[in-house]
Amino acid sequence: MSTATTNAVQMVNVQIDGVWLQFPKGTRVIEACHQAKKHIPHYCYHPKLSSPGNCRMCLIEMGTPKMTPDRKPIIGADGKPEIGWIPKPQISCAQDVSEGMGIRTDSPMVRECRQGVMEFLLINHPLDCPICDQAGECKLQEFSVEHGNSGSRFLERKVKKPKSVELGPRVTLDAERCILCTRCIRFMKEVANDDVLGIVDRGTFNSIACHPDRILDHNYSLNTVDICPVGALTSSDFRFKMRVWFLKETATIDTNCGTGSNITAGSREGKIYRITPRENDAVNGPWIPDSHRLNFKYVADERRITVPIVRPQLSEFAPNWQQTINLAAERLKKNAGRVAVLASARATNEELFLVSRLTKAVGAVVVDVLPRTGEPDGMLIASDRNPNTTGAKLLGVATGKLADIAAGIRDGRITALLALGEDATKSGLTADDLAKLDAIVAMDILPNATTAAAHVVLPASAPFEKRGSMINLKGRLQRLNKVVPAPGDAHDDWEILRDLILAVSGSNGLHSIEEVFKAMSAEVQEFAGITLSRIGDLGLDIAAQPQNTP
Amino acid sequence: MAYVVQRPELTLKEKAYLPSIVSGLKITFGHFKKMLKGETKVTMQYPEEKWDAELPEYYRGAPTLVKDEHDRERCVACQLCEFICPPRAITITPEEIPADSRFAKVEKRPAEFKIDMIRCIYCGMCEEVCPEQAIYLRKDYAINGVTREEMVHDKKKLYELGGVFKGLVHKWNPEK
Repeated sequence: MSTATTNAVQMVNVQIDGVWLQFPKGTRVIEACHQAKKHIPHYCYHPKLSSPGNCRMCLIEMGTPKMTPDRKPIIGADGKPEIGWIPKPQISCAQDVSEGMGIRTDSPMVRECRQGVMEFLLINHPLDCPICDQAGECKLQEFSVEHGNSGSRFLERKVKKPKSVELGPRVTLDAERCILCTRCIRFMKEVANDDVLGIVDRGTFNSIACHPDRILDHNYSLNTVDICPVGALTSSDFRFKMRVWFLKETATIDTNCGTGSNITAGSREGKIYRITPRENDAVNGPWIPDSHRLNFKYVADERRITVPIVRPQLSEFAPNWQQTINLAAERLKKNAGRVAVLASARATNEELFLVSRLTKAVGAVVVDVLPRTGEPDGMLIASDRNPNTTGAKLLGVATGKLADIAAGIRDGRITALLALGEDATKSGLTADDLAKLDAIVAMDILPNATTAAAHVVLPASAPFEKRGSMINLKGRLQRLNKVVPAPGDAHDDWEILRDLILAVSGSNGLHSIEEVFKAMSAEVQEFAGITLSRIGDLGLDIAAQPQNTP
Repeated sequence: MAYVVQRPELTLKEKAYLPSIVSGLKITFGHFKKMLKGETKVTMQYPEEKWDAELPEYYRGAPTLVKDEHDRERCVACQLCEFICPPRAITITPEEIPADSRFAKVEKRPAEFKIDMIRCIYCGMCEEVCPEQAIYLRKDYAINGVTREEMVHDKKKLYELGGVFKGLVHKWNPEK
């Protein structure tokens, strides 16, 4: 067993900037340097793609051990092999480390090479940083400051190339800014398996283009924008909306499907401007689908429910929060024992835990979540479009008895409905069924058929407006973070549920989301020993936790 | 430690007091005479009279936006002034220049540009940071209004105050 592992990971000795280190065989030189905290500037290299070695930015000085005529390494005075340096610089991205290799990442030759490469890359650059969406996170800007020289010696006319070309419905190309690193071409070919991009024209007129009969409309096309090291490919949706340095970046997760892709949400002054993938190799790698990435506009929808609604209206003034909660509790108590709860698998574990408490408090006959399915794409979109079905099952809220709600209402066993973030008409109920009910309490973010029929509507928070945890389909516990504040009088979902439990049954002593998690981890075995902060940005595998391993 | 201040030894003339009074009055009457002749002016009758012509070249008045000699807005909505502005007086909403505009090559312009003159501290950082030489502090200093809204200069007002500036920025010249 132990010999097998040592055989599998054979270590090689490499000298980086005079220091001997060990790396597993097969490590790329650029990765070895990064591990040794020596940053090598690069454009075309991407750890998840093949290495064509065409940008020449990662040039380093490299050497191999000097050999005696009988192919034995010459050992120097320090007991280490003597290195014979290759006179020309080598690219570090397409080369694996080998035994006795020497690397210099900061020698005068390397510095001169970087400066020269930067000068060549910027020859035809339009220098339109003031209007470029990449400005602020542009590798050309960064490396120009770090490794370039500030002036240009190019006196000739710059080559003109197509600008603001729509490659597809979501991606805009500015060929003048392009440095032809081919990351986008390789992504489309190797990851998206849709080889639509390529390089056309010759020499200095080289430019990225789409296949003449095709457009770049793949559902992962916006990832090319993320990996583009310069401003050549930009998102049409984010184009000219906001400069990136204004954006507050919050690490959160995608709630469009059961995969739970990790994302970074960029917001400014309470408004979300863009979503970018956040690397997590256990979930989504560095990619996310476009359909999920662009699904954030509903958060700022002007139809958002921002004040509590009570029907019939009490007075010409909107009711305050406590009045609304009390009215809802009153109606539920009146129908105690005849209540159905339609919960949502889009809710967090904390909310679902409170739902199960509320279910007990109101004596609900039936509780279930609304299933939501779609076509899986074989990559990152799961067929289960609910982000927290696993959590709902674990907390006993997903029971599979959805059909009982409609049946119960029709035979009169159920007279009250608690719709928590879901539209009941999508679960097989008709408007007539809803009209029969004595009490409908709804909690939602946008108006729908249920909130229109409801007697009490409580304004809730969108997934970008709350903190909490969810479990994806692979059983990974991940954390949702608050990106923007909820509008108007909308409350956090867990607060609404807590208030309802409080009004129905009395004190429960929960004052923060952390306390809800604590209460949950005390009751649910799978969460024992975990706290909300311990989940971290990359999540935890629930099955691998000590309390869950046999 | 106590520090003893040495009193100056006064001369007899100084002790007599009156000679100093006389020399003081001489200066006073000198000014009085000049004023009667109209040689000096003591008070400026603001706002009927203004000192605007004497304002130095580097005077920092209200920030304004300028157009170039082709009537193009110089501002490309890069939002650097919004970023640098210490009292956060500037708010810019960028937009794309439509393809049929003769300045389509520039691609971007401000859809709205607001400077809250209640917040502005006339520091001139916006002028200094502007990569397009589009924002200048001009000599308007009497900025007033009856409401807070009136004190916010919008894009129209800023171009009205700024006018046209010629020369320099050639980056967006189609020939270049």
